[in-house]
Amino acid sequence: MANVALRHVSKRFGRVEAVRDLSLAINDGEFVVLLGPSGAGKTTTLRMISGLERPDAGAILIDGREVTQDPPGVRDIAFVFQQYSLYPHLSVYDNLAFPLRSPARRIPEPTIRKRVEQTAELLHITGKLGNRATRLSGGEMQRVAIGRALVRDPAIHLMDEPLSSVDAKLRAELRLELKRIQVELGATILYVTHDQVEAMTMASRIGVIKDGELLQLGTPREIYENPSSRYVASRLGTPQINFLPASLVPEIAMPAGAETVGIRTEHLMIAAANGGGIIGRVHRVEHLGDQNHVYLEYRGETLVTLADAHQPLQAGQDVELKLVHPLYFDAAGRRIAAAVH
Amino acid sequence: MTAAARSTAHSIVEASPRVKAFAAAVVIFYALVTIAPMLWIVATAFKSQSDAIAYPPKVIFQPTLEGYVNLFTVRTRQTPDFIASLPPATTWYDKLVRKHDMVIAGPSKVMPRFINSLVIGFGSTFLAVLLGALAAYAFSRFRIPLADDLLFFILSTRMMPPVAVAIPIYLMYRQLNLTDTWTGMILLYTAVNVSLAVWLLKGFIDEIPREYEEAALVDGYTRLQALRKVVLPQAVTGIAATAIFCLIFSWNEYAFAVLLTSGDAQTMPPFIPFIIGEGGQDWPAVAAATTLFVIPIVLFTILLRRHLLRGITFGAVRK
Ligand SMILES: Nc1ncnc2c1ncn2[C@@H]1O[C@H](COP(=O)(O)OP(=O)(O)O)[C@@H](O)[C@H]1O
Ligand SMILES: [Mg+2]
Repeated sequence: MANVALRHVSKRFGRVEAVRDLSLAINDGEFVVLLGPSGAGKTTTLRMISGLERPDAGAILIDGREVTQDPPGVRDIAFVFQQYSLYPHLSVYDNLAFPLRSPARRIPEPTIRKRVEQTAELLHITGKLGNRATRLSGGEMQRVAIGRALVRDPAIHLMDEPLSSVDAKLRAELRLELKRIQVELGATILYVTHDQVEAMTMASRIGVIKDGELLQLGTPREIYENPSSRYVASRLGTPQINFLPASLVPEIAMPAGAETVGIRTEHLMIAAANGGGIIGRVHRVEHLGDQNHVYLEYRGETLVTLADAHQPLQAGQDVELKLVHPLYFDAAGRRIAAAVH
Repeated sequence: MTAAARSTAHSIVEASPRVKAFAAAVVIFYALVTIAPMLWIVATAFKSQSDAIAYPPKVIFQPTLEGYVNLFTVRTRQTPDFIASLPPATTWYDKLVRKHDMVIAGPSKVMPRFINSLVIGFGSTFLAVLLGALAAYAFSRFRIPLADDLLFFILSTRMMPPVAVAIPIYLMYRQLNLTDTWTGMILLYTAVNVSLAVWLLKGFIDEIPREYEEAALVDGYTRLQALRKVVLPQAVTGIAATAIFCLIFSWNEYAFAVLLTSGDAQTMPPFIPFIIGEGGQDWPAVAAATTLFVIPIVLFTILLRRHLLRGITFGAVRK
């Protein structure tokens, strides 16, 4: 466990700028999630921290010590790869023991056995230790892959979308477990994903990354409630935030320079049409059970929101829309703080 | 079982039982055709000299070990009086030889030649696979300037029949005192085989995801350790296939062996025809030598068969 810092790190592959001037500090015991779409530079960032890739510029520090030029083996890092994380020619036990058996580490075999068994217990895979790594279900494989990182006590665990290849139910389960284990062990984890739910549920802090740039870093709550840009706002929240051109809602008072209004479900109240205000039309209602997905039409734009299942809404019905503290963005997509409410 | 059988009857991907039976018949027939000469040789080794050349050929015969005795010994012809004056024969092979008015003068050169073949064949195979694996790994994983041209150059060494360079190699070897030495022959066969090894193994190593070694590197292994613990075990199919190809070449190679070895380092291929010349046409002895010659390749192939079956479909490694 340690502090890990990236200072103005950049990396390009030919024409592609995979990571651009990225700075990030991960504190001891923190669970930081980098959230970004495919191709955002998440894997490249992890590879640079681990030493598998050299940054073109910038520095990487582990506990204040610069390791930018060090080979991977001396950095004391554990890496869970997105794919191919288990050795198919080894048993589950040997897969878990592999990081400990590194000749550089010289851990006696009884200690290795103890660590492997503890880790297996932590991940509920004790019964599978004798299996070939290829004779596991997807969920078990992912557990073993995570176990290969947890079996050591490295400066930092790097995890590259470890849950992306398992089904939704299992993902939810493993998400919870991983968080529990991280808290239990006090491990420092840098976890990258494109899944906002993983980010929201596990992270101490989320970094939103796009096109190699870190757009915003903060607690899940900060990122959700105070996104710094249109893009960040659109990354979090289900259904996705709605954007309306400011010109379509001249009725509401807006801060100067606002070009776009960002409306999340909780910013939008639907009431029976009462003559005045902003009037939209219900286009479609989807029943989710406890809630309804409501598609509204408003001056040629579609808004998606959630509504109480008991609210009587019919397709074709006109309703009054009330905006409650929505988000405002300028022409460049930057957030503008609202005037005093 | 029955459900599976029924489902295959209508399966598009699997052949019908009748087609399968036909395929099996073709394979068995082909196997018999190819194995028959080999069986004939094995049988001939146990025939007497007259049975071996009998016409029509004898399928049923009185087996004898004369062929093997003749292969492993050097004999001199003596008068019956001289043989009678000798102390009685103590071993079964002495007795066998004396029946033909001969006595054993000593062991023949077959064992040293056989050992030469083993050392040169397996030595050059080991070296070619080792060097090939290292080179293939480098080509597969590192950015090497002119990699494609280098690979083509390596392949191009195979385009000319090796014998075309026989004379220059002969002169060079004489200069370097490498003629008729193990070192010389091992180097030569390694040089010929290494190009095949690089190309075959590169295909296999390309199929192994880099993440495996990278995980090992992050875990504190050096690159060579990662190669040994992670890459090579997963390339075992390719290594087995490559090793067999290399061994078959160096084991059977004749032209260079004739040219460059005559005594100390002579291998089996140039030695076997030599047996025919010694004291008439001793076909059983030749057949015995051939049998002996084939055994190591058969054993080696059986040993590696488990890996080979998957490896022969070049590079098709399970992911
Ligand atoms: N080894 C490489 N060679 C060339 N381009 C690469 C390489 N690795 C990554 N890239 C490019 O860099 C960008 C970022 O990739 P990556 O870090 O893998 O993104 P992510 O993990 O967020 O999906 C992508 O455009 C990708 O194509
Ligand atoms: Mg990635």
